[in-house]
Parts: sequence; C-alpha cells; structure tokens
Amino acid sequence: MVLVLALGDLHIPHRASDLPPKFKSMLVPGKIQHIVCTGNLCIKEVHDYLKTVCPDLHIARGEYDEETRYPETKTLTIGQFKLGVCHGHQVIPWGDLDSLAMLQRQLDVDILVTGHTHQFTAYKHEAGVVINPGSATGSYSSITYDVNPSFVLMDIDGLRVVVYVYELIDGEVKVDKIDFKKTTTSNA
Amino acid sequence: MRAFDELRKLEIFFKEESNRGCSIVELYELVQHAGNILPRLYLLCTVGSVYIRSKEAPAKDVLKDLIEMCRGIQHPVRGLFLRSYLSQVSRDKLPDIGSEYEGDADTAMDAVEFVLQNFTEMNKLWVRMQHQGPARDKEKREKERSELRDLVGKNLHVLSQIEGVDLDMYRETVLPRVLEQVVNCKDEIAQYYLMDCVIQVFPDEYHLQTLETILGACPQLQPSVDIKTVLARLMERLSNYAASSAEVLPVFFQVEAFAKLNIAIGKVIEAQDDMPVYGAVTLYASLLTFILHVHPDRLDYVDQILGACVKKLSGKGKLDDSKATKQIVALLSAPLDKYKDIDTALKLSNYPRVMEHLDNGTNKEMSNVIIQSIMKNRTYISTAEKVEALFELIKGLIKDIDENHQDELDEDDFKEEQNSVARLIQLLYTDDTEEMMKIIHTVRKHILTGGPKRLPFTVPPFTFSALKLVRRLQSQNENVSGEEAAATPKDIFQILMQTIEALSSVPVPELALGLYLQCAEAANDCDLEPVAYEFFTQAYILYEEEISDSKAQVTSIHLIIGTLQRMHVFGVENRDTLTHKATGYSSKLLKKPDQCRAVYACSHLFWLDEHNDMKDGERVMLCLKRALRIANAAQQMANASRGSSGSVVLFIEILNKYLYFYEKGVLQVTIDSIQSLIELIKQEMSGENTTADLSADAFFASTLRYIQFQKDKGGVVAEKYSPIKAEFAETS
Repeated sequence: MVLVLALGDLHIPHRASDLPPKFKSMLVPGKIQHIVCTGNLCIKEVHDYLKTVCPDLHIARGEYDEETRYPETKTLTIGQFKLGVCHGHQVIPWGDLDSLAMLQRQLDVDILVTGHTHQFTAYKHEAGVVINPGSATGSYSSITYDVNPSFVLMDIDGLRVVVYVYELIDGEVKVDKIDFKKTTTSNA
Repeated sequence: MRAFDELRKLEIFFKEESNRGCSIVELYELVQHAGNILPRLYLLCTVGSVYIRSKEAPAKDVLKDLIEMCRGIQHPVRGLFLRSYLSQVSRDKLPDIGSEYEGDADTAMDAVEFVLQNFTEMNKLWVRMQHQGPARDKEKREKERSELRDLVGKNLHVLSQIEGVDLDMYRETVLPRVLEQVVNCKDEIAQYYLMDCVIQVFPDEYHLQTLETILGACPQLQPSVDIKTVLARLMERLSNYAASSAEVLPVFFQVEAFAKLNIAIGKVIEAQDDMPVYGAVTLYASLLTFILHVHPDRLDYVDQILGACVKKLSGKGKLDDSKATKQIVALLSAPLDKYKDIDTALKLSNYPRVMEHLDNGTNKEMSNVIIQSIMKNRTYISTAEKVEALFELIKGLIKDIDENHQDELDEDDFKEEQNSVARLIQLLYTDDTEEMMKIIHTVRKHILTGGPKRLPFTVPPFTFSALKLVRRLQSQNENVSGEEAAATPKDIFQILMQTIEALSSVPVPELALGLYLQCAEAANDCDLEPVAYEFFTQAYILYEEEISDSKAQVTSIHLIIGTLQRMHVFGVENRDTLTHKATGYSSKLLKKPDQCRAVYACSHLFWLDEHNDMKDGERVMLCLKRALRIANAAQQMANASRGSSGSVVLFIEILNKYLYFYEKGVLQVTIDSIQSLIELIKQEMSGENTTADLSADAFFASTLRYIQFQKDKGGVVAEKYSPIKAEFAETS
C-alpha cells in the first residue's frame, strides 16, 4: 500500500494566504510516501513545507512559480503504475479531457495528474486515468467559479489504485473515493 | 550544617537523659557553666529544645530566655549561624494556635514576636557584615553575604507558616515590622533580597489587601536598589493570581489594585531619574501584563500605559539600546497575544506612537510580529479604516521610510518580508461590496508607494483581490437589477489597468502579461468587449517588446492562446486581429518544435465547442497543415545538420490533433489525410537513418491503440473510425 498525495495550484501568496487549517492538520509528516504537485505553489516556503510532509516531492512547473527550474512535465513509476505530472496551462484547450488524453498517450503513463483549472476531476478512459486534484487552497481561477479547496490521495496497491478526493465545502471536509483497476497492457 | 546534625544527636542524648530521671531544669542550669560562650549557647539551645518538649515550662518563656541569651554573640557570621540554629530547633515548638505548645494565650502573638525578634537581630548582623574589614575586600564580603542570605530569609518563611498569622495580624503586625526593619537597615543587598522574599513567601491575597503598605515602602528604599525588578515580580505574581480563577477578580477591583500600582510605578520612575529606558519599559510591560489579566476589557487602561511609555520615550527619537527595544517589542506583543483580534490593537491610539521610537530594523520586526499574529488567528480585516490604520502601523514594510537610509536587507529576508505582506493582503476582506471597494482603493494607494522592489510582490495579490470583487459584483448585479451600483466591474478594471501598468517600472513583463490576461478573461465574463480588447492589447505589446527569452516566450504564447481560445465576447474583426497576431507569434518562435506546437495549438482558436458561429474547419486545417510543414522542415534540418532524421514525435502529435478534430466533425479533416499521415509516420520510423526513439515508439503505439479502442466502442464512434487502417507497426 503506497500513499501518493496529489495537490497543486496553491497560489501562495498571490491568491491565497495559506492552506486551510483543516487540511494542514491532515497532512501529517511520515504518513505519505510520495507527493506529486501540479505546480503554482508559488514560493519557496511552500516547497519547503511540502518537503516536510514528504521528502519525495515531484513538481511540474506552473506559470506563476518562482522557481523556473521545475520541469514542464515529469514521469515516475510507483509500483505497477506509471504516473505523469504536468501543470496543464500548456495543454490547449485548458481542461479539455481529450487533449489531456493526448498528453497522456505522449507521456505513456497510466495516471496523468494535471491542474490549472482548479476544478477536481477524475476522468477514466480506456488507456488510463486523468486526475486533477483542484486547488489545495481554493484560490481564484479565471476558469472555474466557486472553487472549493481540494486535494487527492492515491492508494496504490498492486494493479489497483483507489483515489480519495478531499474537498472543503462550507467548512467541512468531505471525502469521496473512486476505484481504478489497471489491466495489464499487451506490449507490441 | 554538619554541626547541626551532631547537635541533634546531642539533643536526643539529652532527652534520654531527662527520661532517665535527670532533671531538665538542672541540665539547663548546668550547661550555662560551659567555658566558651559560643558552645555554651549552642548547648543551651539544644537543651532548651528538650525543655520545651518536656512541657515543664511554657514554651514562650523558654524561647524568650533563649533569644535574649543569643544577644551575647555579636559577631556577624557566628551570630547568624547560631540564630539560624535556634530558628531551626524552635520551628516545630512555636506557641502557635492549635499547636501543643500553645499555652494559655489565645493568639500566636508570642510566636510571632519571637520570630520577628530573631529576624530583626539576624538582619542587623547580616548588614553589619557589609561594613567589616577593609574596603578592598568589599566584593568578597558581598559574595559571602549573598551566600548567607537564605538564613535571614528563612525567618520570613517561618512567619508565613504560622497558622495564627491571619490577614489582620499580617497587616497590623507582621508586615509593618518587617518593612520597618527593611527600610531602616538602609542596606541595598538586604533591601532587595528581603522585599523579594516578602513577595514570594506570603500569599497573594495578603498582598492584594496590603498593597498600599508594601508599595509605600518602595520609594523609601535606597536608590540603588533594583526596585523595578521587585515591582515586576510583584505584578507578575498578582497577574498569575488573577489568571488562576475568576472569583478573585472582584477583589482586585475592590482594592483598586491597578490605580495603586500605576501610581507607585509613576513615583518610582520619577524618583529614579537616571533609570535606563529599558528599566522603565520593563515596568510598563509588567503593568500591561497585569492589566491584560485583570482588566482585559479596559482598553483605556492599556492605552494609558502605552501613553505613559510614549511620554517617557519622548524626545529620545529612535532608540539605539537593544535591551530597550527588546522590551518594547515585548510590550507591544502582549496585547496582540491577548486580544487575538487585531482590531483591538488598532484601537489603541498610542500603539503607533510607541512604534515610532523603534529603529527601522526593529520596527520591521514588530510589523512582522503583527502580520504573523493576524495570520495565525486568520482574522479578516474588514473595513477600509482598519486597513488604513494597519498599513500605517506596518509602513516600514510597505515603503522605504527613510529616503536616504537604504536598509541593507538580505535578499531572501526581503522576499520573505514582502511575501508576508502579500499574504496579509489576502486577509483584507469583507462581504460588503461597497466597503470592499474602499479597501481596494486603500490598498492600492499604499502599495503604489512601495517602489519597484516591492511592486512584483504586492500587485499580484491586489489584482486577484480585485478580480474576486468583480466576480461578486457580477453575481450581485444579476440579482439587483435597475439599481445604480456604487462600484462597477468597469471601475475595477480601470484601477487594475493602471496598477498593472506600474509593473513596467520594475520591469516584470511575464508577470504583467499573465495578469493582463487574467483581467481580459474576467472582462470577457462581464461582456465588456472594449475592456477585454484593451487588456489583450497591453499583453501583446509586452510580448512583442519585452519578452525575448525563448522559454518565457513559449509560456507566454501558451497563456495567450489558452486565454484567447476561451474568449467569446469579441466581434469578428477584433477576434481576427488577435488570432492573426497569435498565430504570427507562434510561427516566429525560435525553435522549430516550439513553433510547430504553438501553431497546432492555434488550431483550437478556430473551433469553439459551445459557439456554433466560431467553428471554422478550413482555418483549423490550415493551422494543422502549417504545423505539418514546420515538422517537415524540422526533419530536414536535422538531416542536414546531424546526418540523421530527427524525432517523429511532432508528426505523432499532429496526428493526434487530426483525430481530435475528426471526432469533432471537422469535415476538412478527411480520412485520407489521416491515413496518409499514419503512413508517413510509419515510413519515417522505419527509415534507414532513423535513430531509435523509444518514447516516440510508445506514443505512436498508444495512439494506434486509441484508434482501436474507438473502433471497439461501437455506435457512431466506431463507424467514424472503422475506415482507418491502423495496424501496429513492426519495430525494426
């Protein structure tokens, strides 16, 4: 059982002052094995904070990130799954699932994690899953109205991944979960 | 002390002797014949102890005798130890109320008398030590005295333990007598130690009731006594007492504790004119803590103390003394910690005046403390007035206060500082849109004084704050129709335009471009075509004139195309102009692959899903074909410069775009065009000069798999895809 935290678009300090206290108290160091971050942190303090939650931190660059050396895309393998991370402002039209699926094919990954729209989505298609963990601080987005703070926790176990989405709605943390099973792909 | 232990054994021996029939009275007489006075007296005390225990005479008589006898030793150190011994053996034999040695008196007066007398004599001896011996040994003597001070203090402790000493006796007898001795001995070391002892040893309820007395003694002490520490400790004890339970608070009010303390402190500060600043501030800080515990609702008291502080500091300008500044920071932090809400601190009129006296560095430090306090408590600052007051307080962070004196601040520290200000701006908020508008104006006014160093940090949070207000006004206008709104989105956009313009003085073109585009999108949502167009114009100008770094250009292009793709507010002409420019920029990017990708991204500008009048298949195909040509050119370049063909990835990407638009129903994307592109790719991948590219192979494979998935779906989709021949390519 491997826990992977997926979050992004915090936009601290441009659009938000801090993570919601209820989220902060949930992100306890030592419980999570990997973090994939879709970008737009934006400052070093946030990077350092995420590092304390889990040292294995993978970040893709968002357009407002202070650190210009984050990569545009990143791929990594966790257990049986190949994951890809990309902020998503590079994929036009923004938020378009078919275009994101194309990126997924290009990176050749089972799970693609992207952001930019600040809207949580989990889109399953034949070749895999596209997950958008939304904005962890619920910050303003030109694309989405009424953003609720949200993040995703993936539990990878063998060929199965359970995606837990945590959303802060009206001051209460609500959890939902989605199951995905990977069929072993036939190689050419 | 070992001697005392030996004497205890002796005592036990005497007791046994007396049990065996030897008369204790006789023993008492006998020991007085001992040769040397010191051992004689020690023996006397020992026997006396047994005597009292035997109850053959009333305790008070024996004790009286003993204490008179001890007068025989006038040598300070010996006297101190002897009397200490006397105190020790008599401790459990005092004629206290309820003790077995009470005798026929109904009060503990005799016991008190005894202890008081012992104390007085011991203190005299102790003080006498100061003046013995040559002047050059003064330091040594003082050290010795310090080691012996507990012997004197013990008496006070004993007094506090006597059951019969109730509040009245304490007030009438004990305290006045003790204070009399303390004042009269005129010795600095003794006075300091004993005052402190009194405060520590007796219960707080007593102190409250005798506040005037003890405070009255303070000005009578030697000027060199560190009275402020004594007073500070007293106030600390009383503060803790107040905090311990709510029931004791009314007593504080009853005895007018605050008034008395205030006056006393005033007198002390007045009397000790040369008291260093930090001393005075420490006193005020202690009194402030006291007020916060006892009278938290009396902001006027708090302000009064701050005012007194200002008065003391007036004329001193900016303080140079680090001890003093530390104390001032502590003084100012106390109300913040107590009143979690910054609103309260903002009401204290003297607060900013105290801050004026801090040097620039500490002023900033204090400003940071204030911001941290706000962020910790997550309190929103909800009126323009409060925002104004707050920014006045933290003005050291907002702008350069002293034009000539440039702070040598570490770059990282400066960033952290400004990021705190940025985060603070997020907390300036209210639901009332009119008030929020005022807040926006206030914030803008202040951040524009920040200068080019600070604008990149403060303008973005300001921008998004304003855009959030635009959204709220949008939803408000939908509900409230026909009424003149005081603030309109248009007004806000005007402000934003001017504010973002200020960034050109820094300059930070990429940031400004991003902000312009955000505003354009917001204007789009408000159906303000000219405003949106103006924002786009500004963004384009920045791109053309200021952004020359290749990587920055690529990101900026993505933002431009991505934003433009979502615009629905533009009329045909405006839209054409903007898309034409965007495609132009795309094809002029430096690296061919970047060009290719930007151009095929532009294809989406001509096909908007939700708007049937914005679907132009021909121009979509034009873009894709152009992208294909660029990809070809890239291949040829690779051939020419490196001798091997470049990656086919671009072709595969374009193929995916073909499929995308084919599915959307763009007629110009024909099956033939798709098929020939597939063949082209296969050809390129199996060519002789081809370098193996695993990721391209995988991409192509997954694309072909996708086509198969679609075929397997059945229905309309399958029909579309069935004519496409896409078998898996053989890897050579």
